[in-house]
Amino acid sequence: MKLRIILFFLGSVFTVFCGLAMAHKASDSYLRFTIDKNIIQGQWDIALRDLDYAIGLDDNSDGRITWGELRARHQAVNEYALSRLQVYGNGARCQPQIPEHLVDHHTDGTYTVLRFTVICTDAIDMFEVAYDLLFDLDSLHRGLLQVDANGQVQTAVFSPEQRKIRLDLKKSTPWREFLQFGQEGVWHIWIGFDHILFLISLLLPAVLCWQAGNWLPQHSLRLALWEVFKIVTAFTIAHSITLCLAVFGLVSLPTRWVESVIAVSVLLAALHNLYPVISNRLWVMTFVFGLIHGLGFASVLIDLGLPGQSLALALAGFNLGVEIGQIAIVGLFVPLAFLIRRTGFYQRYVLHFGSVLIALIACIWLVERSMAIEWKVLEWI
Amino acid sequence: MGEGKSSQLQKLKVMKMYIFCHYVATATYAVINKQAHFLKFYLAILCQIISVSIVYAEPYIPDQDSVILQILPTTSDSRIQSLRQLRIDLSNSPDDLVRAVELARGYLQMGRTMADPRYEGYAQAALQPWWNMALPPPDVLILRAILRQRQHDFTDALSDLNQALQEQPANTQGWLIQAAVYQALGDYPAAYRSCLPLYHLKLDFLATACIASVSSLNGRASESYKALQKIIRVENAFAPQEKLWVLTILAETAARLEKNSEAESYFQAALAVNHQDAYLLGAYSDFLLDQNQPENVQTLLKQAVQSDSLLLRQTIAAQQLNAPEFEKSTETLKARFAASRLRGEMRHLREEAQFMLHLLHQPQKALKLAMENWQLHREPKDARILLEAALQCNDRATAQPVIDWLKSVNLEDSKLDTLVRQLS
Repeated sequence: MKLRIILFFLGSVFTVFCGLAMAHKASDSYLRFTIDKNIIQGQWDIALRDLDYAIGLDDNSDGRITWGELRARHQAVNEYALSRLQVYGNGARCQPQIPEHLVDHHTDGTYTVLRFTVICTDAIDMFEVAYDLLFDLDSLHRGLLQVDANGQVQTAVFSPEQRKIRLDLKKSTPWREFLQFGQEGVWHIWIGFDHILFLISLLLPAVLCWQAGNWLPQHSLRLALWEVFKIVTAFTIAHSITLCLAVFGLVSLPTRWVESVIAVSVLLAALHNLYPVISNRLWVMTFVFGLIHGLGFASVLIDLGLPGQSLALALAGFNLGVEIGQIAIVGLFVPLAFLIRRTGFYQRYVLHFGSVLIALIACIWLVERSMAIEWKVLEWI
Repeated sequence: MGEGKSSQLQKLKVMKMYIFCHYVATATYAVINKQAHFLKFYLAILCQIISVSIVYAEPYIPDQDSVILQILPTTSDSRIQSLRQLRIDLSNSPDDLVRAVELARGYLQMGRTMADPRYEGYAQAALQPWWNMALPPPDVLILRAILRQRQHDFTDALSDLNQALQEQPANTQGWLIQAAVYQALGDYPAAYRSCLPLYHLKLDFLATACIASVSSLNGRASESYKALQKIIRVENAFAPQEKLWVLTILAETAARLEKNSEAESYFQAALAVNHQDAYLLGAYSDFLLDQNQPENVQTLLKQAVQSDSLLLRQTIAAQQLNAPEFEKSTETLKARFAASRLRGEMRHLREEAQFMLHLLHQPQKALKLAMENWQLHREPKDARILLEAALQCNDRATAQPVIDWLKSVNLEDSKLDTLVRQLS
C-alpha cells in the first residue's frame, strides 16, 4: 500500500515534468469567452513555443523558457496577441482591458494564459470575433474558440480561411436552465461548508448506537443505513419545504438571523455527539434544523437571479442538485465510516475530535454571523 | 446568470481541497489499519481525479522566476540555427522563391525527424505567396504535394504531383512520392506506373526498390524480398536516406513473411543509418510488440520524440508490462485525440482506432474508426486494425470487403492471414 502511494506521488511529479518535455501536436490556441450582458471575461491560452517562434522569449538562448524570461516579455506578449484579436458586440468594437498573466499546461507543453475583461457598451446579442494570431507564421495554426453565454456553450475554429466568427447568442431553453440550476445546487452544497458540517455531524454517530453511556458499533449495515436514510430524508424534506416557501415569497427572515441559526444548528449537532441526549429520534432534530437550512439555500438561489418564466423548473433543478450533492457526500462518508466504526480510531479521533473541531468552527461562525464581523480565521475555507 | 470566472476558480479550488482532504484521510486510515484491499478501488479513482486535476486543473502563477516552463527544440542544433537565419532573410523579402523553397524544405525535413507537425505549418507559411496559385512553380508544387499528403489530402497531393511531373519529368523525388502515395492508397497499378520513369532516368537501383516495394504487397513478396536483398548489398548504390528506406521495406517484408530474425537484423541495420526516423521507430515497435517484447519497445522509444503514433506504441507496451506510466499516457492520448477532433482533423484515424481497441477496449467504436480510415488508407496496418476490431465485435460482414480486397491484390502477411482465418 505504501508503495502504491509513493508510486502515485512519483507519478504526479513525472506528469509535471512531462509538461516541460516536448510533445508533438500542431499548434492551437484556446480562446474562451464567458459573456454576461455587456461584460465579457476572456481567457486565451497560447503555447510558449508559438510565442517564442513569433516574438522570441528565450532571452539567454539556452533552449529553456523560464517564468522570469516570460514575465519580462509580458508587455510584448500583450501587444503581439491583443493586436491580433478583435471583439465586437452588436457590431461595435469592444476594447479588451490589460490582461492578467498566468501559465497552464496542455498536452504539448506549457501555455501562457491571458485573462482579460472586455466591456462593450450594451448587452451583447450578436458576438463577433476576428482572430489573426500566428497564421502568417504557421499555416496549420488553429484558434479554438469557446463562447459561454446564457448557459449555452458554443464552439468554433479559427483557421487561415476563417478568421472571423460571428455567433448569435440566443436565449437559453428551460431545460438548459433546469440543468444549470441543478449544477448550481450541487456546487452550493459542496461549497456551503455549514450544510456539510451539519450533515456530517449527524452522520458521524449513525454507524454507532448509544447504549448505557457509551457509543457502541452498530451491528448491521442495514440498521446503519436505515439511520442514515432517516436523517437524510428528514433533512431533505425539511429544507425543500422552506426553500419553496422562501422562493415563492411566503416566508422571509433576515439573512443574518438565518445564518446565525444555521451556525447554532451545526454547534448543537456536534455537541450532541459528545453529550447525547436523544438516542432514537435524531431525525426530529434534523428535521427542525433542516427547515432553517432550507432558508439558507433559498438566499443562495435568490442571489443567483431567478428566471421569471420558469421559476418552478429552476427551483426543482436547484433542489435536485442539492440532493445529488448531498447523496455524493453521504456516499463518500458512510461506507468509510461503517468500515472503521469498530476501531478506537473512529470513536476516539473521528467522532470525538471531529465533533470538537466542528463545534469550534460553528462557534466562530456563530460569533461572526451574529455580530456581523469577519475574523478571516476561516478564510481559507 | 452572472457566473464569473473568479467563482469558477473558487469552485475548482474547493473541489481540489475536498479531494485532497479526502485523500489524506483515506491514506492515513490505510496506513493505520492496513486494510489495503478495500482501498485499492477507492484510491484508484482518486488517483485518476487528482492526476488529471494536477495537470489540467487551472492556470497558475509560478512562484519563482527560475521555474523552467518550456524546453524548446534543441537550439544548439546547427540546422535550427541556419533555418532561423534563413527565416529572417526571407521575412525581409517574402517573395524570394529560392529562399522560400529552401526554408520550406528545411522545415519539412525537421518535421520528419522530430515528428513535429508544427514544422509543416511553418513550411506552408513560408510558401504562402504561392500556396493558393492554381499553377505554382514546380518546386512549390512538389512541396505542396508533400504537405498535402502529410495532411492526408491525397487527391490534391496527387494532382500537384501530376502537374509538377508534367513540367519536370526528371524529378526523381516527385516520382517516388507519387509511387508512395498510390501505394498507401492501395492503387498498385498506378504505383508501378510511377516507378517506371525512374528506369528511363537511368536510376536502376531506385527503380528496382520502388517496384519491389509495391510488388511486396501485390503477390510477389518473396521475389521482391530477394531483389531488395540483392541491391542493398551493392556498395554505394544508395544515399543514406534511400538506404534507410530500402532497409525499412526489407524489414517490414521479412516480418510479413515471418522471417523474424532477418526482420530484426534489417531493423537494426536501418536504425544504424538513422535512429530517429519516426516511421522506422513505429514500424520496429510494431514488430517488437508482435514478438511479445514490450520491454524492448520501451527501451527503443525512451529517447524518441512523443508523436501520437509513437506514444500509442509506448502506451501499449506499458499496458503489457503493467508499467506505472500507463494510466497517465492513456490520459494524454485521450486528450491528444480530443484536441485533434477539436481542430476538425482526421489525421490519425488508424491510431485512434488502435487506441480504442487496445487501450480503451471499445471494439465497436474502434471498428467504426477503422472503417472510416479504410475508405482512404490501404496499408497492411489499416487492414489489420479493421480485422482485429471486427474479430472482437464478431462482425464478419463488415470485414468481408476488406478480406476480399486483400485476396484480390494477393497481399501476403502472416498476421493478416491469421486474422482472416479466425474471422471465417
